[in-house]
Amino acid sequence: MKLRIHGGRVIDPANGIDMIADLCIEGGRITSVGVTPEGFSADREIDASGSIVCPGLVDLQARLREPGQSHKGNIDTETTAAAAGGVTTLCCPPDTDPVTDTPAVANLIRELAELCGRTRVLPIGAITPGLRGEQICEMVILSQAGCIAFSNAEHPISNTEVLRRAMEYAASHDLTLLLRPQDPWLATAGCAHEGAVSTRLGLPGIPEFAETLEVARLLTLVDRTGARTHIGPLSTARAVQMIGRAQFDGLPVSASVAIPHLHLTEMDISDFNSQCHLRPPLRTQRDQEGLRQGLAKGVVTAICSDHQPHDVDAKLAPFAATEPGASGLETLLPLSLRLSDQGIVALPDLIATLTCYPARILGIPSGTLSHGASANICIFDPEQYWTVGPETLLSYGHNTPFLGWELKGRVTHTLLEGRLVHELNG
Amino acid sequence: MIQRDIQIDESGRLRHFLTTEGVKRQLLTEILDHAENFTAVGNRSIKKVPLLRGSTIANLFFEPSTRTRTTFELAAKRLSADVLNININSSATTKGESLLDMLRNLEAMHCDMFIVRHAQSGAAHFIARHVAPHIRVINAGDGSHAHPTQAMLDMFTIRRHKGAFADLRIAIVGDIMHSRVARSQIHALTTLGVQEVRVIGPQTLLPRKVENLGVHVYHDLPAGLADVDVIIMLRLQRERMTGALIPSEREYFELYGLTPEKLAFAKPDAIVMHPGPINRGVEISSEVADGPQSVILEQVSNGIAIRMAIMSIIMGNRFGDMGEQS
Repeated sequence: MKLRIHGGRVIDPANGIDMIADLCIEGGRITSVGVTPEGFSADREIDASGSIVCPGLVDLQARLREPGQSHKGNIDTETTAAAAGGVTTLCCPPDTDPVTDTPAVANLIRELAELCGRTRVLPIGAITPGLRGEQICEMVILSQAGCIAFSNAEHPISNTEVLRRAMEYAASHDLTLLLRPQDPWLATAGCAHEGAVSTRLGLPGIPEFAETLEVARLLTLVDRTGARTHIGPLSTARAVQMIGRAQFDGLPVSASVAIPHLHLTEMDISDFNSQCHLRPPLRTQRDQEGLRQGLAKGVVTAICSDHQPHDVDAKLAPFAATEPGASGLETLLPLSLRLSDQGIVALPDLIATLTCYPARILGIPSGTLSHGASANICIFDPEQYWTVGPETLLSYGHNTPFLGWELKGRVTHTLLEGRLVHELNG
Repeated sequence: MIQRDIQIDESGRLRHFLTTEGVKRQLLTEILDHAENFTAVGNRSIKKVPLLRGSTIANLFFEPSTRTRTTFELAAKRLSADVLNININSSATTKGESLLDMLRNLEAMHCDMFIVRHAQSGAAHFIARHVAPHIRVINAGDGSHAHPTQAMLDMFTIRRHKGAFADLRIAIVGDIMHSRVARSQIHALTTLGVQEVRVIGPQTLLPRKVENLGVHVYHDLPAGLADVDVIIMLRLQRERMTGALIPSEREYFELYGLTPEKLAFAKPDAIVMHPGPINRGVEISSEVADGPQSVILEQVSNGIAIRMAIMSIIMGNRFGDMGEQS
């Protein structure tokens, strides 16, 4: 199968490419970017004029709800949503049921995803068995089973000795850790940012320092153990500053932010909008500004969807009784594009935070259109408007704070290893 | 995105009563004026008026309550409404699904109004957003968020003793953090235009940025009571002792308990209020609770008139709507 994508604006930040060019694909790999080689006759042509052709997106955190919570979604429905959102590589956290703490679960997820064949799914292994935070998992065996990195998902590793040993062990075997910064004592009872809005609504709060305290603990341990650590998704401006300083000091630490936090604040909760019940919570305008600045300055190098599809009932209750999280795979790209429209990040840099930068965090060669690279490609029309709603979303979860928003930019084609896995209206 | 306030209808009248926040002064005053007329009803030998004859009002109490439920029930009966009391074991209905299912069932029984108490903040808003359009909702207390009818009976009691609101200094003492009553009082008092609202308590019992609600913060009881006209004591729940919020009842009473000595810091004619039930010897001494400046029992009897006023105004607005439609 030979494929040619012609007339599009090709943006490949990893290779510094931003030009109108043709892209040829053969045997699932990119064979040329630029002028079509003589004698190349395509079996299929995709006209990308007016569109942008970029590497398929790499999402550091998306829940597929399988195994264990198939009433909220499954690998089939959620990888369909991923393809529709232009995501060709995604990492799923280990808080599945059973937990991804054995090679069997990791293999199951990979095999189911391969059967679906719409996006590459990379399981994240658990750091501690059952996510209980007591011992460390067989991380090397899990990595041989395809676990790309290790995390304890939303569950804390309260025992600092366990966390320290996990980091030392990961450092010895060159494994990457993805850690979510949240002090369990300060955060568990809360459901919204502790501040003006939680006070007004009488909701139990999660203070800003629930995040910064944990970032401080993690940074101290990264300094002492040398473990390659990714911290995220972040919600506070102060955490961005702390991580920026640590990066300046040469610590092997990276950071990400989830897309809703770049567009919403605590104010969006009024009055009790359960779609805005997220973890970490939406914080202040100042925090949102800090996260955007972190992205602009290169402290935060990845935007993730933090996709969490839910069944309808999960959001139908008084605010604190609802389940946190938003469905996000299909809105990841257009909501990110808003940041370049608003002049916060230039378009090529923005695409880098969705492609080659997260790939670099994971240590994988994805997220580029290099010659010979696997043809994972996203083609989108940057001018097309569409409205977020149950009729436009393919994810099983229609829970998103952006319901009813008109977004600009829509994925028209997604290719995985040279195969067309999504075609809008196709 | 600007959301329309769901408790106000298109004509600017009360559709539901979920919170005192955002309700115009004129509407709050209308409630107080109406209640004035209803206080007479309780003193008559026949304690009923036929305003809500034929209406069915359901008391949905997801959290136990004796006084609030009873006063709502009495108020509804004095308006000649039929009353349905439903006490729901909250542990069985913490899931939204069963809550919604229950609402559908009550709608099918042709109820006209739900009086809702629930342990979760926002429960009354949630119910108001999901009920059939003809049903009216009154919040009888949701989590730590709001208890607007209690706040209005307190406003009524204050007005009866002090007349105009404009020159008053009011102190609210104790566990503001967990108090739905305090939040509703603060919104009502600031809207009614009192001179100053103070909150007094240790930082552990004051929510973050409480000053954004338009109040002055004091940690010292005598300093906070200086020159105040009205003192509102809040109940300290026993379960607050188990966390790290306060060290002991003894120390709390030492610092924030209202005794005759502490009361002397306020204006000589200051009144003492409490939403009840009171913890004698924890937040208030018996001498003060039963003393001449206490209006605590009067609050309870005012509760019936104020709830009659609120129910009749809301149902009246609804009958008005239905009249326009036909």
